Amino acid sequence: MANATTIVQDHEAKLIEELGFEDHFHEHEHGDKFKSNFITKYVFSQDHKIIARQFLITGMIWALIGAGMSIIFRLQLGFPEESLSWLRPLLGKWIEINPDSGIGTLAPEFYYALVTMHGTIIVFFVLTAGLSGTFSNLLIPLQLGARDMASPLLNMFSYWFFFLASVVMFYSLFLSTGPFSGGWVAYPPLSALPQASDGSGTGMTLWILSLVFFVMSVGLGGINYITTILNLRTKGMSMWRMPLTIWAFFLTAILALLSFPVLVSGFLLLMFDRGMGTSFYLSEIFIGGQALDHVGGSPILYQHLFWFLGHPEVYIIILPAMGLTSEVLAVHCRKPIFGYKAMVFSILAIGFLSFIVWAHHMFMAGVNPFISNFFVIFTLIIAVPSAVKVFNWITTIYKSNLRYNAASMFAVGFVSMFISGGLTGIFLGNSAIDIQMHDTYFVVAHFHIVMGVAAFFGMFAGVYHWYPKMFGRYMNDTMGKLHFWGTLIGAYAIFWPMHYLGMAGVPRRYYRFDNFDTFSHFSEMNQFITIAAIITFGFQVLMFINFFYSIWKGKKVTSKNPWGATTIEWTTPIVPGHGNWPGKIPSVQRWAYDYGKNGEEFISQIEPMREGETEEH
Amino acid sequence: MDLTIPENTGRNKIHPQKFAVWIACGSILMIFASLTSAYVVRQAAGNWLEFTLPDIFKASTVVIVLSSVALHGSFLAFKSGKESLYKSLLLTTFILAILFFVFQYQGWVALAESGVPFALNPSGDFVYVISWFHAAHVLGGLAVLAVALIHAFSLSFKVTPKRKLRLEMSLTYWHFVDLLWVYLFFFLTFYR
Repeated sequence: MANATTIVQDHEAKLIEELGFEDHFHEHEHGDKFKSNFITKYVFSQDHKIIARQFLITGMIWALIGAGMSIIFRLQLGFPEESLSWLRPLLGKWIEINPDSGIGTLAPEFYYALVTMHGTIIVFFVLTAGLSGTFSNLLIPLQLGARDMASPLLNMFSYWFFFLASVVMFYSLFLSTGPFSGGWVAYPPLSALPQASDGSGTGMTLWILSLVFFVMSVGLGGINYITTILNLRTKGMSMWRMPLTIWAFFLTAILALLSFPVLVSGFLLLMFDRGMGTSFYLSEIFIGGQALDHVGGSPILYQHLFWFLGHPEVYIIILPAMGLTSEVLAVHCRKPIFGYKAMVFSILAIGFLSFIVWAHHMFMAGVNPFISNFFVIFTLIIAVPSAVKVFNWITTIYKSNLRYNAASMFAVGFVSMFISGGLTGIFLGNSAIDIQMHDTYFVVAHFHIVMGVAAFFGMFAGVYHWYPKMFGRYMNDTMGKLHFWGTLIGAYAIFWPMHYLGMAGVPRRYYRFDNFDTFSHFSEMNQFITIAAIITFGFQVLMFINFFYSIWKGKKVTSKNPWGATTIEWTTPIVPGHGNWPGKIPSVQRWAYDYGKNGEEFISQIEPMREGETEEH
Repeated sequence: MDLTIPENTGRNKIHPQKFAVWIACGSILMIFASLTSAYVVRQAAGNWLEFTLPDIFKASTVVIVLSSVALHGSFLAFKSGKESLYKSLLLTTFILAILFFVFQYQGWVALAESGVPFALNPSGDFVYVISWFHAAHVLGGLAVLAVALIHAFSLSFKVTPKRKLRLEMSLTYWHFVDLLWVYLFFFLTFYR
């Protein structure tokens, strides 16, 4: 076996030597700042592979914090009568102890802060930075055959702006007035008037500051991703030979660069309203019986600006997960991805449509119902490219020799979650049905499944699959499978019942339901959801342990291409150094999905076309 | 600067860093596109104070266009090796850029004195906020020009691909903030 591996590797080395591309990279070794000291190698690193791991680990820490918050507010929703005094060491004054009964209750204003922070953290810090930050950085240069990003320096800044955003947001959790508590969408007037609530003061100021840093991070990253994809592909790597991961990251970066600046505009006007007395969003407001000076503003204007980012943002989250899923499925099904071009065109269609559907978040906010029709139609049209992708994934899995490992199971799980969550999107996309459904747990269930859990599944598939490339070791597969089943069953157990709550009209963001007659009979269901959430959280801790344990103690990778994949990141050394390839850059001879072609299990992208062979896609 | 960019492989039609500047400009453009869209939407909602833009903004528009022309001349002079023309035109650009700030400031003062102070009505506030935020981007351009100026006067004159690239990137960004202002000026003048 070892002998066979050596033969393959010798053959690959020969191919790279013969057909590879000489860029004289290693002649400049003397100026290689990546080999200097610990600080420049692991902390202020400009190497895309280190930056990817920095994004991943920071994102994982945030995921634990963000998910931990959800457990606390789920405890409140599931067990409103139970004493939470045992959480006092963690939450301090936010657990109010009744001096007579000794029962500790979660402060209602902190409940809102938890919900707000949970959304902000998971959407931006985990599923944007942690997902596309990690895999765009890791895979764009490796799968395209580049030495690094177009500008490693800006790439480093991209991470450190994210780090700065993280520090500011983390600090805001410890303010005496609490972090921002007006919902992750930060609608005015709660976000625009510092006196509106405790969290609207310093908490909101730090929230907005943190997000401005975050947008800087996304911008610098996105500029780099697009430039690298368009300019630094290796010889032979035409756009139509790119793996679907790269197509997904490409569109994600374009969406980010077009939509995040609009959020900046929204925030800019918000800051003027907060601090400088303007009235862009504020109109005729009374606080504590006092009329404020603000006249003539429109809170809907903020919503338009916010959702012009906000809707593309959900595709910024889901597209990388889709790309990772496509790649992982093809490799582990040992089949070419079904309908490669259809996949690319649906990514493009989704990217385009994502810009003209934003007002479906605002059907009930007071927009003209006739304008809503326009947004209903385009929202429903998104189902078409989404269905094309789902069809192609299923057809890829169909009659394949699927390898059952954690990576492939999470990829299949992604498809399951995406279908379940996507179908409810068709309900919510209709402005008429939205009259009943808006702001209920139906919405919560929909977006958690389709862009929360599904995106996490794509991310997990990616982490298990590319872990050997990141750390030169495997994660424990048994623990990985356990993680998969726990998360799949757990996530459905949490979010499936929420659909019923939502159809019965249970509103989201409420602190407790037991004092409403209409909703009090759901208390057992809420308990069930809370217990499911706690157990599912436990499985994520298991993944965390597996991840960090395997960095140092995992089974070592012994061959360059452990999964038998065609893409060229697997032609680098097991632990690639700076510059990724020790000698020449390999040149690409064929597309990324030659699995099971002409009786061969897989044919690497660096393998020249055989005589009489044609490229089929 | 960094080694990871294949500088002379001849595979790229455009230098990756130059391309990155273009993308960054596109992204900044989205900020102003959304601000002017917000302006249009807000105006349609009524309660909108009507006024005319102070004339001084016309002067600042002319000044920034001239600065762009001067910088372009400076770049052409650099490419053809005319050292003194390159330096003098670069200096002219810098002075015109500062003049643009002076005129913008006077424009804000004139606007306030004409009865449209800040925080009176969204129609005036949009003018202030949009032109301030544009000025912030010009300030970035001014920093870029300052670096170009330091290069021009401290390094010995030599036409290298690297210096040409740097100057060209500065030029691209400066043209961008210039054209952006021209757009904003016409928008704010005629979309009242």
